[in-house]
Amino acid sequence: MSATSVIVPVAGQNTEIWSQGEGTPLLFLHPGIGTTGSEPMLARLAREGRVIAPSHPGFGRSDLPTWFDTVDDLALFYLDLMEKLDLRDVTLIGADLGGWIAAEVAVRSTERISRLVLSGAVGIRVNDRDTPDLVDVYSLPRAELDKVRFLNPDVAKVDPAALSDDDARIIARNREAEALFAWSPYMHNPKLARWLHRIRVPTLVLWGEEDKLAPLSYGRAFADAIPGARFETIAQAGHYPHIEQPGIFAGRIAAFAAGAALERAV
Amino acid sequence: MRVYHFSEQPYPDAWLPDHDLRVTLPNRLCEPQAAADLYQRYQDEWMLADELGFDIMVNEHHSTSTCLSAVCTVTLSILARITKRARLLALGMPLANRADPLRVAEEFAMIDVISRGRLDMGFVKGVPYEVVVANASPIRMMDRLWEAHDFILKAMTHQDGPFNWSSENYQYRAVNIWPRPWQQPHPPVWITATSLPSAAPIAKRGHVLATFLGGYKTRALFDAYRDAYRAAWLREAPPDRLAYLGLMAVASTEEEALARAEKVAGYLRTIARVPEPFRNPPGYASIDDNARAVKHGAQRAGLVTPSGRTIQPITAPARDLIEAGILFAGTPDQVYAQIARFNEAMGGIGNLVVMGQGGPLSHAETVDSLTLFGKEVLPRLKEHHSSEAVAAAE
Repeated sequence: MSATSVIVPVAGQNTEIWSQGEGTPLLFLHPGIGTTGSEPMLARLAREGRVIAPSHPGFGRSDLPTWFDTVDDLALFYLDLMEKLDLRDVTLIGADLGGWIAAEVAVRSTERISRLVLSGAVGIRVNDRDTPDLVDVYSLPRAELDKVRFLNPDVAKVDPAALSDDDARIIARNREAEALFAWSPYMHNPKLARWLHRIRVPTLVLWGEEDKLAPLSYGRAFADAIPGARFETIAQAGHYPHIEQPGIFAGRIAAFAAGAALERAV
Repeated sequence: MRVYHFSEQPYPDAWLPDHDLRVTLPNRLCEPQAAADLYQRYQDEWMLADELGFDIMVNEHHSTSTCLSAVCTVTLSILARITKRARLLALGMPLANRADPLRVAEEFAMIDVISRGRLDMGFVKGVPYEVVVANASPIRMMDRLWEAHDFILKAMTHQDGPFNWSSENYQYRAVNIWPRPWQQPHPPVWITATSLPSAAPIAKRGHVLATFLGGYKTRALFDAYRDAYRAAWLREAPPDRLAYLGLMAVASTEEEALARAEKVAGYLRTIARVPEPFRNPPGYASIDDNARAVKHGAQRAGLVTPSGRTIQPITAPARDLIEAGILFAGTPDQVYAQIARFNEAMGGIGNLVVMGQGGPLSHAETVDSLTLFGKEVLPRLKEHHSSEAVAAAE
């Protein structure tokens, strides 16, 4: 089955949803940079089940309600989306900002979620008050940004002049929407770590070994705060292992989903 | 025409040639002793301006040696007491960066009362590179500005005890400011604008539209205001609803005036010395503008002179700045002629703000320039009306 991209009304607003494959749903929540670069991983993952990859409100071609301004809004939106599409037994996968959203969804309700995967997730506070947890991307020169995000910045290289107007507009929308949700407190909810104990589904925390935006220690702290969560690293990848190592990333999720199903059967 | 004297209260000793001047310049470079001398000196110049018949404008910027005024209401509070007659314009209060508009209403009401009704309240969106130091979101800034504006005007005009306010961004349970403002129903409101669509919301409310250093193309902005004003109020916009800011330097000889102008233009020379990440935070510009920037990079448009030449204000020599209508400099006669010409081209405006001190222009030079302007230019401008404004009034 080939990939499709459709606009679906969710909670009263038009939402862009990419999907491919059949079977158990794998809901992918994209990072703050949008869905760009995620397609190879999603296509690989579609061998395992029905992959659903929406653009968050304000990102891609999805509407942004004027009153949306926190990740709480996004978490409730995705609970609505899972109801609207009547998804059950979901493997919820979130990368970077998408990981933060996924964690906020899961602390609210895992009724429709059977497995959680967080990759390079932001959203929690770990260090003392004088020590930032994450690189402030809004204080970095453009030339430095991709060096912090990727092990191999060439992965993200685009020729700006070759972009269509539509694609340029999506880049501008994604940048603005990410800042709407993550500007301050920067990339986190001060209370989220205190609620992560509510996540009672099997959880895998994946981290790029070369992540320069969010260090491995941050990923470990995330995993430690979720009961029974597994922490795994992916070699040869920076902050977005799903982009830099799409095959390995999808394979880890497949193995995790199979293992989690086995554990439940036992 | 009213003329306001303005200085950013710069600290040019810390205009390091090899360093950005905003956001990241370490404050160890600020010597408190030198800053105290500068503050008092700039206040002395405003007192002189008050005596000479100018009105007064102050502003604020943050984390920068280009402007020592980090809180415009602190400067205005002092001027409210030590000046006698000048209007006191804050241009402005960066409302979208101020978390607490109730506090703004209280500060402005106090200044209006202490000055016995001389305050002009300017509300501005604020510059892009200061959202990071204000820790304010660069998204939806104009929504916050107008919401805070509505709240402040209600706080200033509500006289019947506490009221409750619950809007998208601001929630208060018992608003009852003391003192209430001197001017009734509230001090005049000024709002800054540069783009044509920004004019209508200001005109509909009947506020003053102020704009900075736009040169001759500013006519289109003023006309957008005039059109929207006419539609909303069914009469012509009075010239006092419009304000323009340019640089100014006067001397007895043209040569000396141009030398002074080059110092004042230090303001223009340093304005872009902002670390790259802070120049265009996400959401500050529109999606369409940012989509264009993604494809083509940031554009620096420049200014077009009446003869059709494009100049870059950051580097252009003083004579070009004069030709572009962003600097008024020369002997008193020359400066009067430049302003009269510009005013005619704008269709008649009621308020001119001049940066009479800028960059390393010394106290003695500033005093001489202000005095010459005050004695030889200002009286003529006070009588001055453009032929278009006269025609519109008839």
